[in-house]
Amino acid sequence: MAPDGLTVATPVVRNQSPPRRRRVRLPSRRGLALWSGVTLLAIIVLASVLGPLTSPYAPNTIALKATLQPPSMLHWFGTDQLGRDVLTRTLYGGRVSLTIAASTVVLAGLGGMFIGIAAAYLGGIFDMAVMRLAEVQYALPAVILAILLVGVFGSGTANVVLVLTLTNWPRFARVIRAEAQSLSQRDFVLLARMAGASRLRIILRHIAPNLRSTFFVLLTLDIGLIVTLEATLSFLGLGVQPPTPSWGGMIADGRGYLDRAWWTAILPGSVLMLTVLASNLIGDALATTAGTERAE
Amino acid sequence: MGGFLLRRLAGSVATILLASLVIFVLIRLVGDPTHLMLPPEATDDDRALLRQELGLDRPMVVQYATFLFDLLRGDMGESFSYRQPALPLVISMLPPSLMLAGAAMLMAVALGVPWGLLAAYRPDGWADRTGRVFAVLGQSGPPFFVGLLLIRLLSVNWRLLPTSGYGDVTHLVMPAFALSWYSAAGLLRLTRASVTEALRSDYILTARIKGVSDRAVLLRHALRNAALPIITFTSSQFGILLGSAVSIEAVFAWPGFGKLIVDAISQLDYTVVQAGVVVAAVLFIAINLCTDILCAALDPRIRLGS
Repeated sequence: MAPDGLTVATPVVRNQSPPRRRRVRLPSRRGLALWSGVTLLAIIVLASVLGPLTSPYAPNTIALKATLQPPSMLHWFGTDQLGRDVLTRTLYGGRVSLTIAASTVVLAGLGGMFIGIAAAYLGGIFDMAVMRLAEVQYALPAVILAILLVGVFGSGTANVVLVLTLTNWPRFARVIRAEAQSLSQRDFVLLARMAGASRLRIILRHIAPNLRSTFFVLLTLDIGLIVTLEATLSFLGLGVQPPTPSWGGMIADGRGYLDRAWWTAILPGSVLMLTVLASNLIGDALATTAGTERAE
Repeated sequence: MGGFLLRRLAGSVATILLASLVIFVLIRLVGDPTHLMLPPEATDDDRALLRQELGLDRPMVVQYATFLFDLLRGDMGESFSYRQPALPLVISMLPPSLMLAGAAMLMAVALGVPWGLLAAYRPDGWADRTGRVFAVLGQSGPPFFVGLLLIRLLSVNWRLLPTSGYGDVTHLVMPAFALSWYSAAGLLRLTRASVTEALRSDYILTARIKGVSDRAVLLRHALRNAALPIITFTSSQFGILLGSAVSIEAVFAWPGFGKLIVDAISQLDYTVVQAGVVVAAVLFIAINLCTDILCAALDPRIRLGS
């Protein structure tokens, strides 16, 4: 059900055949969750893209006369220990974090999907090797593996994407493999095989298209997870390097001022949390919809 | 059962060996520890001498073979920076981390399971409504940030708990709660989903027709049949808790295993990193193995199915 225990989003709810009265209500709640997630994410993305263009402040300009100012009309999110505008930095950090998350999700997702399908379809030694490797990755604490990989490749934005891709592909590979395996036993695949379709054709025309919804659900749910992992790495000082702003790095900077200037850590952190929340809302809603479609 | 156990055990040993190989190679790719261990003015000859003393001048294959041999004897070499055997060092740092992870897991179960049960019992009731909010919020808060929020609220504003450190139970509450938050939300959702499905099955109907009370139906029939996924999920959380402990330990200055490993990586203390990761992998796999055995013991379908 949830092989890694990280996402419990596709539970048994899909088998529900609720009484008629609830059937009318459920989609609306799901719709509400979906649209609030989409709206929230859209606001954060738009603000991250446009905000820095309209902000009167630069993200890294130090103003020692205006350090640790509380939120005000001049500085909506206040200023940090170097007098930098927290809102501006949060929005710049959003660009960085969201770019990293989006690139990682696409790379890890496509890589994992490709490997998962290949493992399901080729079977044998390749399947065994891939699944063993995935299991090894599960046995190693993700953050520690990521820290080691940062040590190997170095920190910085591009390397963080590489490290997160390398640590996150197995989740996709496992789910996609299981799904592809069960698909390959279905009648339409057997019929295609009997009709003489080649392996490649079966994979491309019959299996891959049916994995689409699973893939997109995994993709949305993973965004939140990867944003969190990236923030953790940056919080520990191993991800995006200062002075480039990142949510995790800002939270780490503000940690020492929790008593005097809570806004320096809590406000960027709240935006981080809202981003993960948005991606979870969308992912959950899609998962339930995809599940229901399959059941009906 | 014997064959099932043996197969699982063999697979686990293979996984641990592979994990050790991955770490062995990775940490050597990170850098050469002699640069950190010797002052910058040391000559290349000094460095070569130290490398020889640490056994790092031999080919990597030989080094790994030696490592495996020593591993069989329970020896994981001497820490470069602490100059004491690495394995006892790692094991001495385990109790605080296990205590933290254990407390977090207890909190998660105590919060998630009853809440999920109530939510499944009365869909759309208050427990279900609040539970839905908690589930989605809980899975959205990175543990280290939840930890900081708690510090600001409970320590700075209300002065109820110490901000950080290691000591009595008051030091344990916040880090454990921050850590449990995520798993509690997951458990709540899973319990609700599994119990909901169990409640819809025929044997529940039979029990109800027989006149079994609501409470007994819920606890004795539904929860017990929903227990397998809950147990599996709980155990899978353990590895995640150990992993997240790295950031939580940093937030709360909790002297644990995660901090030891992260410091060892930055000091390129090969032996401590290897010992730490092997111990973590063994722990993780042992817990999974116990879970599998427990599930197989509880549910004959698993044994026979495999």
